[in-house]
Amino acid sequence: MIQNPSLVANPLVSQWLDFHEPGVVTARTGKVELGQGITTALAQVVADALGVDPHVVAMRPASTAGSPDEGFTAGSMSIPHSGDALRRASATALRLLRARAAELLGCPESDLRVEDGSFHRGSTSVGYWTVAMSTALDVPVDVEGAPGTPRPTSERTSLPRIDLADKVFGRPRFLHDLRLPDMVFGRVVHPPGRGSTLSAVDRSVALGIRGVLAVVVDGSFLGVVADSERTALEAAAALAAAATWSPPRPDLSDATVHRFLRAAPTVDTPIAVDELPADRPDTTRFRATYSRPFIAHASMAPSCAAAVWDAATALKVWSHSQGIYPLRRDIARAVGLPEAAVTVQHVEGAGCYGHNAADDVAYDAALLARAVPGRPVHVTWSRESELSWAPFGAAMVVDLDTSADGSGTITGWRYDAWGNGHSSRPGTLASPSMLAAELQAGGAPVPPSHDPPEAAGWGIGRNGVPAYRVGALSATTHRALEMPVRASALRSLGAHLNVFAIESHLDDMAHHFGVDPLEYRLRHLDDPRARAVLERVAELSDWSTPVRGDSTGRGIGFARYKNKGAWCAVVAELVAESRVELRSLWVAVDVGAVVDHDGVVNQIEGGAIQAASWTLKEQVGFDAGVVTTATWDRYPILTFSEVPAVRVEVLDRPEQPSLGAGEASMGPTAAAIGNALRAAIGVRVRDLPLTAEHVVAAMTD
Amino acid sequence: MDEVFDITVNGVGHTVSCAPDTALLWVLRGDVGLTGTRYGCGAGSCGACTVLLDGEPVHSCDTPMWSLGTRAVVTVEGLGAPGAPHPVQRAILEEQAGQCGYCLSGIVVTAAALVDSGADLDARAIRTALDGHLCRCGAHNRIVRAVARAAGVPDREEGRR
Repeated sequence: MIQNPSLVANPLVSQWLDFHEPGVVTARTGKVELGQGITTALAQVVADALGVDPHVVAMRPASTAGSPDEGFTAGSMSIPHSGDALRRASATALRLLRARAAELLGCPESDLRVEDGSFHRGSTSVGYWTVAMSTALDVPVDVEGAPGTPRPTSERTSLPRIDLADKVFGRPRFLHDLRLPDMVFGRVVHPPGRGSTLSAVDRSVALGIRGVLAVVVDGSFLGVVADSERTALEAAAALAAAATWSPPRPDLSDATVHRFLRAAPTVDTPIAVDELPADRPDTTRFRATYSRPFIAHASMAPSCAAAVWDAATALKVWSHSQGIYPLRRDIARAVGLPEAAVTVQHVEGAGCYGHNAADDVAYDAALLARAVPGRPVHVTWSRESELSWAPFGAAMVVDLDTSADGSGTITGWRYDAWGNGHSSRPGTLASPSMLAAELQAGGAPVPPSHDPPEAAGWGIGRNGVPAYRVGALSATTHRALEMPVRASALRSLGAHLNVFAIESHLDDMAHHFGVDPLEYRLRHLDDPRARAVLERVAELSDWSTPVRGDSTGRGIGFARYKNKGAWCAVVAELVAESRVELRSLWVAVDVGAVVDHDGVVNQIEGGAIQAASWTLKEQVGFDAGVVTTATWDRYPILTFSEVPAVRVEVLDRPEQPSLGAGEASMGPTAAAIGNALRAAIGVRVRDLPLTAEHVVAAMTD
Repeated sequence: MDEVFDITVNGVGHTVSCAPDTALLWVLRGDVGLTGTRYGCGAGSCGACTVLLDGEPVHSCDTPMWSLGTRAVVTVEGLGAPGAPHPVQRAILEEQAGQCGYCLSGIVVTAAALVDSGADLDARAIRTALDGHLCRCGAHNRIVRAVARAAGVPDREEGRR
């Protein structure tokens, strides 16, 4: 049995649950709300396992003061890890409570009926909370055996989102809305580009503004604290105008990004090492290169944090980080405090799709707050900083070299991918990875990203290996050891480009052999759950009926996320004239046992729309080391009018383990769009995004 | 140099002293203490900061205080409350039309003005009206469904299957 790391690190029932408040089940998780609805889904898990109404479950916000340490909320692992842990902890608690209730009611356990938070024997009953008063929960969670399965979707409804009402009525809910006694406001001023250093700044331009409390200059870290947000903004603008910087590293521009990735020294990691077969007379070889640019997280809210120092010995930080414990580790080592002297409390931010600037701004807040001890400092980045200084999703290049025999059967598959690693998260590198740690006097550059190992589903190589029968397989990733742009985790990591590449390549092979792309895939697939999502999406989209209309095309894409998570197949339909108009997406997904049906649909649909935006429009631009896409005008994302109709069908498998849904649709959506474009215009575009510029370049190739 | 402004927000009068080019957004979030109106870009590009001025949706992040005049401000907090939601707010909850919800304040304000205008709407017109609002989570279709529901019109569209 694979051990659940959340339970290994936090083995006791009492670390997950308590019944201290009458009528309330208090549940703790180390996973955080990123706008994905995980808090709601986990409350549903606890309610199901304890047999109580979901409304009596209170999910505690995650904090290093008391929440289980579950590392990062990432990789679609919250349901497999935290969901499994809470389900087992709840089941164990119920077992212990039942045994104690039998003692209290003086009967065998088999005489007890459990209903809605109480144990009944005949006409007498006792509630969980009364029983819990004399039941020790400091006992290990039962880890053996099945965790118990939730009821099938058809037998229950999704719990409405716990957090949504506050957001619809504009009530304070986000970290951006946090107001504490004596709170003051900070802003940071960032350099023009990576490698720029602060040459000079006249602090008096800010200190002369009424309400400014401090200007902090530490190497190239520049910030201000004021008594109101608007004064902090005014002072930051004055400082920006008064600061002079050395020029950034000029070695990065749009034209050089992918060349750089191939030229940098690399660490090469073999994923599969078969010897490829020699060509035979009936062999056809297919070789092509695929790429994607750096992609911005582009969350709706610039990142935000608050921090307060209690004298110089204790620091409290409020953050929307994906990993409160790892962030605490890095902040503690950066400020020179023991970890126990630092508390990180999670408060919701806007939608988070990976390692964005949440951790960076948390450290900014800690640095600024040191200038005003005892006062909480609330810091928000500007939109421009968010789009140019937050880590980006890593750019990548993929080479495929495949072969098939005369019947079209795939006989060999070689995959090579180049890029930076997909994680520079805090707490995981040799030195702190927050931006300000690099900007401070004597600060070391953020070390190059590492790449998640096989157990975590790889990073560059995530979904680099096809799920199809491909004969001999050779697959190698080449991780660049220089990192002129901060690259880190963005939803689905390498799977976005890898699935796009594999599925584009496969489509071209099908086309070459005159076989329907769906048929070609099924021919090379044994896994029944893979076949099921493909067959279902074909039904949903009426695949067997040819699509009509000028410049109209339909394409299909499939992947099993990380080759061990959710199965997802997508069909896209689009019209390609002066630009690509994506009209419809059909999605079939298998996430095992469904915990929260509406939550799964929402994540899969949202992921598909976001992937469509990346695939059709998005590219971080560079010119002589400066990010040129620091505003929404320069970094456009899909608009309401451009968003396609999306139909999602979830194949419920109540008897199977629950899998995460957050990232499964990204790769297959990109692939389906690329293949639909090929069907519409007869040209294969291999460089993302699928803009007019790249389409024209592909036509002239 | 600071000036004194008398403004009406959600029917309540406030006196604020600030530089005349201060954006209404920061006065609302700071001086007035209503944080439902959100900062997204400061450039009028994302719609998160949308409020009503005399019933018209505007970006509060690029509305300087000097330009306000006597126009009354309504924010998302002023449109409805849990006991008495605006039809758009009710429909968004019924359709569970959000993910992170950061964009919703501005969308609720624009959609409320649209629905309350009594204009002849269909799903396409709703999309067009919301094009000034960005959403990164991909909740667009749910939001269009919710606004169509609040307006009492079908959410089907030609060309999208």
